[in-house]
Amino acid sequence: MITARYHREIPQRYRLEAGKCEKCGHVAFPPRLVCTECKGKKFAPVVLSDEGKLTTFTVVRVASDKFSKETPFAVGIVELNDGVKVTAQIADADPEELQIGQKVNLVFRRIQEDGKAGILCYGYKAVTA
Amino acid sequence: MVGIVGYGAYLPRYRIKAEVIAQQWGADPVAITRGLQLSEKTVPGQDEDTITISVAAAKNALRRAQIDPKDIGAVYIGSESHPYAVKPSGTILIDALGIGPHVHVASYEFACKAGTEAMYVAYSHVKSGEMKYAMGIGADTSQGAPGDALEYSASAGGAAYIMGSERVVAEILFTHSYTSDTPDFWRREGESYPRHGGRFTGDPAYFKHIMGAGQALLEKSKLSPADFAYAVFHMPNGKFPQEVGKRLGFKKEQLEVGWIVPWMGNTYSGSSPTGLAAILDVAKPNDLIFMVSFGSGAGSDGFIFRVTDEITRVQDRAVKLREMLDKNKIHLNYGEYAKYRRKIKLNE
Amino acid sequence: MRDVAVIGVGITKFGELWGKSIKDIFVEAALKAIEDAGVDHIDSMYVGAMSPGLFVGQEHLGAVMADYLGVTPVPATRVESACASGGASFRQAFLEVASGASEIVLAGGVEKMTDGADVTDVLATAADQEYEVYHGITFPGLYALIARAHMQRYGTTREQLAAVAVKNHRNGAKNPNAQFRSEVTLEQVMKSTMVADPLRLLDCSPVSDGAAAVIVASMDVAKKLGKNPIRVIASAQASDTIALHSRSDVTILGSVVNAAQKAYKMAGVKPSDINLVEVHDCFTIAEIVVSEDLGFFEKGKGGEAVEKGWTSIECNRIPFNTSGGLKSKGHPVGATGIAQIIEVYEQLGGNAGARQVKGAHIGMAQNMGGTGASCVIHILEAK
Repeated sequence: MITARYHREIPQRYRLEAGKCEKCGHVAFPPRLVCTECKGKKFAPVVLSDEGKLTTFTVVRVASDKFSKETPFAVGIVELNDGVKVTAQIADADPEELQIGQKVNLVFRRIQEDGKAGILCYGYKAVTA
Repeated sequence: MVGIVGYGAYLPRYRIKAEVIAQQWGADPVAITRGLQLSEKTVPGQDEDTITISVAAAKNALRRAQIDPKDIGAVYIGSESHPYAVKPSGTILIDALGIGPHVHVASYEFACKAGTEAMYVAYSHVKSGEMKYAMGIGADTSQGAPGDALEYSASAGGAAYIMGSERVVAEILFTHSYTSDTPDFWRREGESYPRHGGRFTGDPAYFKHIMGAGQALLEKSKLSPADFAYAVFHMPNGKFPQEVGKRLGFKKEQLEVGWIVPWMGNTYSGSSPTGLAAILDVAKPNDLIFMVSFGSGAGSDGFIFRVTDEITRVQDRAVKLREMLDKNKIHLNYGEYAKYRRKIKLNE
Repeated sequence: MRDVAVIGVGITKFGELWGKSIKDIFVEAALKAIEDAGVDHIDSMYVGAMSPGLFVGQEHLGAVMADYLGVTPVPATRVESACASGGASFRQAFLEVASGASEIVLAGGVEKMTDGADVTDVLATAADQEYEVYHGITFPGLYALIARAHMQRYGTTREQLAAVAVKNHRNGAKNPNAQFRSEVTLEQVMKSTMVADPLRLLDCSPVSDGAAAVIVASMDVAKKLGKNPIRVIASAQASDTIALHSRSDVTILGSVVNAAQKAYKMAGVKPSDINLVEVHDCFTIAEIVVSEDLGFFEKGKGGEAVEKGWTSIECNRIPFNTSGGLKSKGHPVGATGIAQIIEVYEQLGGNAGARQVKGAHIGMAQNMGGTGASCVIHILEAK
């Protein structure tokens, strides 16, 4: 994990900072230069809700090398209360008990590490509410 | 008036029973649980560490304090298991919580009392008028060597304390620290697991220093044990805190609420801080609380708190310690535990 | 734009080709295509490949292949659109001839996946690195997210997903170049190792080495060579959001809908005019969703269609993936889009042997990248 690349995404991964289009109100997460809805170029800073529900999920049992020691783990698309959707692992979950529509909260967890000697990478995961 | 304006704790959901560890190593599970007065301990998830635990605890403290994070002037995290050997856990925490960048951050280390150190220094900054708010956190994902006595108790958890002088919920009346060079338990740089001096960790270490700080606090404050509603000490196992409480003159009932070790284990730098959080969750205005930590090496930090009327306003604003301790537990077998705690040699 | 024909094709076996390098396989396919076409030169070439840099440490494939094919100094360009690299390569060749800029262009695709890279990791670069892959999701995981939503909303069943694999293996068993030439049963698919719930090993296309190439040319050249030309009557491409979570409905592949609409319009045909389709069945669910988004079946009815056999060669209503699809034929990523064109070409030319669709004269090839962030569709017609 190149350190600069990780550092740039910290406001999004740690604090859910997004951009709200000043013209049409569409929220972009992560923030963008151009609004996909109205092509507007001005955005106001906004922070996403950390509560939402699962719109779909899966349990990854065969992962890339980096995540191979953590399988099986659940990953899903969470629709936050403000309408924005994010992809996140569902931590501490019993896969058998997950359901589409389940309420979840986003919490701060360690997402990955750059080997034994590289940097630690944090971010959001979902937990059932 | 200076003291705690917000407090919060966090425990992971995973547990392992002492009897499961005993069975793994061929020890007598009954003798272990009876001898240590420990039935199970918390285990951090694979994606949890001292930093994530501190963030969760601090979020709860902020929920209770309801202050602007940008008003916090210092953040200190005390732990034996900081994820980086060089890079303070606090830098990640402040960015996660929107604290700073105009903030002082440092990591503290002193075996199991690193948390109360962080609390003491945070308190001192506010007391001196240097800053409006300061946060001290004690959190750990402590490791016990496989098959060693400490494996039964070394657990994970933490608590965060925001110190301030406005709308204080628990005023700090007195503090006292007592320290000496006592090699009862240590870990050399590069070693995975700590080592300890067996029974030497008792009287010459734990008891001597807690008694030293405790007695000095009683003298300073001119209070006697009976004046206190609650007492909490560092909890390496179920037995030691009860014994030292007795020696200082406290009754078992005074220790009960803070005595969470039988189900939590020893969260090292989080030990007495989480015990204190359990007490604050139920404390009433004007209750006096006596707290003395212990860190091997060795030293103790003591505090006397007086709970104020403001406590009832904040208790329900965040999850309580007992709810995290008693509910939604996920029990692991030894293999899962060993994998989560990275005790298994991987092909790296 | 003027008419363009496919006049020659070449393909390698797909599979674990331990003894052959990426250059060996591409050149093998390209030489076959040139020979099949009967041309004595090419004006330019395109090489579709998703990730040669990550798989074998080699970029600049256009130049590499022009060199090893012995056709320098013709212009040669590597084209990338994740798993649609092959289709995109073909589209570039089509546009170059259709525009009149060139007469004869080679469109090839190749991927060498077995040289030791972490395949899951490399393939994941087709998804959103910072907001999907960062969190540990894999490609099977992303398609599993689509599968679960499709199953919940439309009642698509596990058996219907498996039916796609069974049909494609049955077809692939008749394809001499396929990676897997054995049939599988519904039970075998349903019992295979779970990869990302609900997708199992036999729901997933394999890891493969392979290359494919075609020669596209103007109608003049085709006539001069005495070819019975297979004409490209539509070429369309569309894009969609990179991240699945950015879509309003994960059960619709917007790039497929959009590219299909453009393709049908350009060719002046409807779905009912198509005689066979090669679709991008990277995972069984993909074939089901694509069959709906191409307009062959109502939304949500793709599972029923495959279960009832409507997409089989035998039924001859609208055969899907007569080649065996990615599932059984193999999926050397960059080569797939070209391999699809080749299957359609062989079918329209009456050369598909045991897989022959009777009376095939219009065929479609649908290639897509990632979770449908890009889609390339071509329609070919035999005169």
